[in-house]
Amino acid sequence: MTSKAKSKERPGWKDLPSGGFILEPGNATKYLTGDWRLMRPVWDAERCIDCLLCWLFCPDGAVLAEGGKIIGFDYDYCKGCGICAKECPPKVDAIKMIREDEALEEPLSA
Amino acid sequence: MAVAVALQKKVAMTGNEAVAQAMRQIEPDVVAAYPITPATDIVQYFSNFVANGQVKTEFVTTESEHSAMSACVGASAAGVRAMTATASNGLALMWEVLYIASGMRLPLVMTVVNRALSSPINIHCDHSDSMGARDAGWIQIYSENTQEAYDNVIQAIRIAQHPKVLLPVMVMLDGFIISHAMENLEILEDGDVKEFIGEYRPERYLLDADHPITIGALDLNDYYFEHKRQQVEGLLQARKVILEVAGDYQRVSGRSYGLFEAYRMEDAEAAIVVMSSTAGTVRTVVDAMRKEGHRIGLIKPRVFRPFPARDLAEVLRGVKAVAVMDRSESMSTAGGPLFTELRSAIYELEPRPLAADYIFGLGGRDIYPEDVCGIFQRLLAAKPGDICSDPMVTYLGVRE
Repeated sequence: MTSKAKSKERPGWKDLPSGGFILEPGNATKYLTGDWRLMRPVWDAERCIDCLLCWLFCPDGAVLAEGGKIIGFDYDYCKGCGICAKECPPKVDAIKMIREDEALEEPLSA
Repeated sequence: MAVAVALQKKVAMTGNEAVAQAMRQIEPDVVAAYPITPATDIVQYFSNFVANGQVKTEFVTTESEHSAMSACVGASAAGVRAMTATASNGLALMWEVLYIASGMRLPLVMTVVNRALSSPINIHCDHSDSMGARDAGWIQIYSENTQEAYDNVIQAIRIAQHPKVLLPVMVMLDGFIISHAMENLEILEDGDVKEFIGEYRPERYLLDADHPITIGALDLNDYYFEHKRQQVEGLLQARKVILEVAGDYQRVSGRSYGLFEAYRMEDAEAAIVVMSSTAGTVRTVVDAMRKEGHRIGLIKPRVFRPFPARDLAEVLRGVKAVAVMDRSESMSTAGGPLFTELRSAIYELEPRPLAADYIFGLGGRDIYPEDVCGIFQRLLAAKPGDICSDPMVTYLGVRE
């Protein structure tokens, strides 16, 4: 495969705005930073007490909550930093971090 | 030469004063500058215009040339016309920002008063400063005299802002030889300059609140290459735009400009290629030796970036021998920057002319008509079929 063929799904130089300008505001949402993740948080709904500490501490807003209850993770943006698992009270222990390569078999929980 | 349609004043000015007058007539929105010999006068005169209320320009005095160029980049990205001037080590200090200006496709215009680079420290003319910046993605235009410096600065505005180009332009004049020498020149009326450059209306700019954009974003292996290819396209398109702008300028001023000047080249068998003020010396020698029956000519490149390789090759077709005079040393040990590019440009000519390089005038060393005469005599003595010159590089005027 040539380097040309490999990158053909992206626009060519004639179709890009010049100067590296990005013309669309708020387009960062299109960049799924979750694909950087090495460690995946896995949520145990049975053990969760909905204290929302993980939701509060997540630096990426990737813990999803609705009506004061945790409903899971947004894996599109979760970078796997593990702060949620660290902040989850030890007695509760509702979030486990597992390696992405080992987790590939399992479906994502949200 | 066509009859000038616009009224012009004949004035006596130094090169720097003429550039400052052009800037006054252009009236850029922002001028950010830091003084350095021999370019200081330009912004000093201009600061007087600001202080006297003759222009509405925002004049930013910065703490270094790096900051001056950065302020110009900021102003241009915000959506206004920005200009500056520098020389020598000042240009060197702008280095990384030069690439940012061209990569962001910002139509800045800067005058560079050519001066040797330190060390050893020297304030006089050679082209080491701007030649070092030749690959920075800027358009480079070299001026022979005060009139050309004035005319080039005004044309540079139109070239830079052309939607097919959108690149910064550097206009050069020789330090002291032109920057501080009083010459007669014709200057246009203020209104004619304003009309010629037109209103600046960038398509995309940072302060356009209705169309927010990001400038200067990270651009990695998946997009950077495409953006560099676009930049090359701007330079490719610039060739035609420079000629169009020159045509329009001739209609206003009566003065004609091209990518280079070919002087008495029609039947020339030997030619010298040289830029800037030394072209005047060579022209005098061409006239004198033509009177003695020698078929010789002069090529004076005006536009060095983009390099008009094919156009130069065409005008050198049939010439037996060509000497390039480089006012800078590339330290490649294979010739100066003008020589290596010119020789590459004529590689495909059949028969291929002999090409020799003369490095001259470093640090302001004077050049005399006798030196130029000696070059022509060597070229004329070349035998047909000679393509190698020995020595390939001559240091003209250096003490052995």
